[in-house]
Amino acid sequence: MAPSFLQREIIHLYRQCLRECRKKPVATQSHFRYFARTEFDKYKDVRGRDIQTIEHLLRKGRRQLEIYSSPSVKDVQR
Amino acid sequence: MAALRSSSAAARALAASSRPAIRRPASSVRGMAQLADAAQQSQHAAGENAKMKTFQIYRWNPDTPTEKPKMQSYTLDLNKTGPMVLDALIRIKNELDPTLTFRRSCREGICGSCAMNINGTNTLACLCRIPAEDSKETKIYPLPHTYVVKDLVPDLTLFYKQYKSIKPYLQRDTPAEDGKEYRQTKADRKKLDGLYECILCACCSTSCPSYWWNSEEYLGPAILLQSYRWLADSRDEKKAERMDALNNSMSLYRCHTILNCTRTCPKGLNPGLAIAKIKKEMAF
Repeated sequence: MAPSFLQREIIHLYRQCLRECRKKPVATQSHFRYFARTEFDKYKDVRGRDIQTIEHLLRKGRRQLEIYSSPSVKDVQR
Repeated sequence: MAALRSSSAAARALAASSRPAIRRPASSVRGMAQLADAAQQSQHAAGENAKMKTFQIYRWNPDTPTEKPKMQSYTLDLNKTGPMVLDALIRIKNELDPTLTFRRSCREGICGSCAMNINGTNTLACLCRIPAEDSKETKIYPLPHTYVVKDLVPDLTLFYKQYKSIKPYLQRDTPAEDGKEYRQTKADRKKLDGLYECILCACCSTSCPSYWWNSEEYLGPAILLQSYRWLADSRDEKKAERMDALNNSMSLYRCHTILNCTRTCPKGLNPGLAIAKIKKEMAF
């Protein structure tokens, strides 16, 4: 089955996160990748039909990405 | 002020006596003398003519995003509460439920922080009297059609971004002739009356149906009022550029003179008129 609009949005956000990780200092890239992964894993139990929640989490995720992708952020502790 | 304070002390005592579970954590921070004093007052204040009023408040917690938003009721005695809705909210937060979240600052209608939807009207909680006559519940929601950060706190990021986009500052290349400040005539200054008072509380923008459906592109009444404030300023020299930026089908012309903005403005301003004036200037 083809992924729904929301699913595509989520995957897009995750890929964006991974792409941003590559712009960080090489030594801390794994920290960022781990952080992004855990942020997504936190909400893996949200039901697919709960669209309001997913949309809220997407907005929150985009805002977080915007903040963390600033070049002044050099490292992240889990 | 003294009267207010003693009455709230009595209120606290009342709340404490009727709700022992809540009293315990609160009493640990309060002094003994104050407690004894409050207990004495509550003896003749409580009972007889307590004016109870129920507030239904929108609650939503971002920490548990899977839980749906809900309405929570709080009952207060109006005799021991200040006259405004904000007083009631602060009392609820202080005495009944410290988890209730809302923005407030000046409590006199000059900061625009406490904008919320009270009984179906967008207004500032600090300027809105508690409707004491009817015994119905007062319903309090965050500003409509905004993303909620928590409880009554709306996310105004887009609103501020739009405000930034109209360049709300004086743009001028030529220096003043005498090297002093830029001066204007009294008549020119008068044109800014009714515009500069806007505190950007977002009450008008969030009451505008047109803004609800097109908030991404339509600027909304509050921002257009500010836009006109800079168009009308005799000292500003970038009027043509400012007009140019508005000259498209979305930014300005999504206003269909619904005039909810003018009706709701807690400061009594008239964004509808300002928008009409922009349209007039663009037309001729």
